[in-house]
Amino acid sequence: MTALILARHYLRATYRSKLSVLFSAIQPIMFLVLFGPLFARSGVGSWDVLVPGLLVQLTLMSAGLAGFGIFIDQRFGVLERLRVTPAGRTALLLGRVLRDVVVLLVQAALLLAIGFVLGLRAPLAGLLLGLALLVVLAIGLASLSYAIALVMPDELFPPVASTAVVPLMLLSGALLPMSLAPPWLDVLSRLTPFRYVVEALRAFFAGSYGGAAVAWGMLAGLAFLVIGVALGTRVFHRENA
Amino acid sequence: MIHATALTKTFTTGKRTVEAVRGLDLHVAAGEIVGFLGPNGAGKSTSLRMFTTLLKPTSGTATVAGYDLVAEPAEVRRRIGYVPQGNTVAPIAQVGEELELQARLYGMSRAEARDRVAETLRALDLTGVEARPAAALSGGQRRRVDLAMGLLHNPRLLFLDEPTTGLDPQSRANLWDHVRRLRDREGVTVFLTTHYLDEADALCDRILIIDHGRVVTEGTPADLKAELGPSATLDDVFLHVTGRELRESTAA
Repeated sequence: MTALILARHYLRATYRSKLSVLFSAIQPIMFLVLFGPLFARSGVGSWDVLVPGLLVQLTLMSAGLAGFGIFIDQRFGVLERLRVTPAGRTALLLGRVLRDVVVLLVQAALLLAIGFVLGLRAPLAGLLLGLALLVVLAIGLASLSYAIALVMPDELFPPVASTAVVPLMLLSGALLPMSLAPPWLDVLSRLTPFRYVVEALRAFFAGSYGGAAVAWGMLAGLAFLVIGVALGTRVFHRENA
Repeated sequence: MIHATALTKTFTTGKRTVEAVRGLDLHVAAGEIVGFLGPNGAGKSTSLRMFTTLLKPTSGTATVAGYDLVAEPAEVRRRIGYVPQGNTVAPIAQVGEELELQARLYGMSRAEARDRVAETLRALDLTGVEARPAAALSGGQRRRVDLAMGLLHNPRLLFLDEPTTGLDPQSRANLWDHVRRLRDREGVTVFLTTHYLDEADALCDRILIIDHGRVVTEGTPADLKAELGPSATLDDVFLHVTGRELRESTAA
């Protein structure tokens, strides 16, 4: 309940800065509009291969960089103020994460709508399952992002986080399927959870709901969620966090 | 309201260990305004952060507002108000929304929260600031908004950490009036830190001076000054018990 109160509060503030929601989704949208038509004619795959990858890229850029938002609260004493209220530490984390999930869903709906205009066709069940998997990934990713932002020096988090997003996105096979990769890159890619999520999303968008790709993707997403929330909660419980 | 016995707090960073609070004993009765003074690094902020449940003591025992600090921190939080150093609202945040959130975190319904926010703002001469971002307020108004944050849930015990730092004389005097009114009309106990000894002299019923993590003297401002001589000021008392050596802040 407390997490919902906090999420509603954060969403009100986010609603006032609608442009920031658009801007954190602008990179995947630009890839969709400016790279998508080339990709669709390349013979590598079509919109149902590219859009799932861009959704994971969006999640990395949106939920993965969520930690930026906590700096202001930390610097201006907001976090300390909230920590002296009866609100549970886990609720303080989940309130923010819930806001991030809602923002991500709005951005994903925008990306999908543009994708459909350009030529994406995917079954409704596949789209919904894909979004559900993205939510699972986003919860883990945003929690982890807050945890890292709180333990890392202020000046270090922005460059580290924004730099880390690029290799993680490329290794996930978001832009080009990893079936094209040389063996060493393929092995490296398998060490990140995002590749499995991308492949599961592609399966969902192709109307396949029960294969190994789906199972691995769900497992990777859930494992990431458990690890992210556990670490995030631990850091929020720390003294001086 | 506050009873602490042999309270300690030690910070360890790598090989370095700092004993910020070394066996703090203190007692604060209901309805008192108590000033907690000390040089930089004396252990004031660390003690305050322990009393407000932000830090766990390394050893010792304490009850705050009737509850054990370590065993029942959530009960302590429900009953205390805390106004930390600096501001508590981000510059771009809307004052009314932040206050409403704060009230809701103490279990108030949306309607109760709105009523209580309006009532608290009225009491602190802040009516009309609800829809404004914190950055649009004056320094004195922002500090009163911080005070409002700490008062929304009608706490019986209020912690103020350097509440008037950076304020002009008018805003300081105005804040003192509000603090006195809280004690006189509502019986709120106030525990405050300040570096302004004239403020402590004017506002506090009792003064505790802490140095090197321990209380080194305590008493009413009048008694402490009288011990030193008829023309002594609180500054004289402070320098007499803590020395003139410059201090570096070493505690968290």
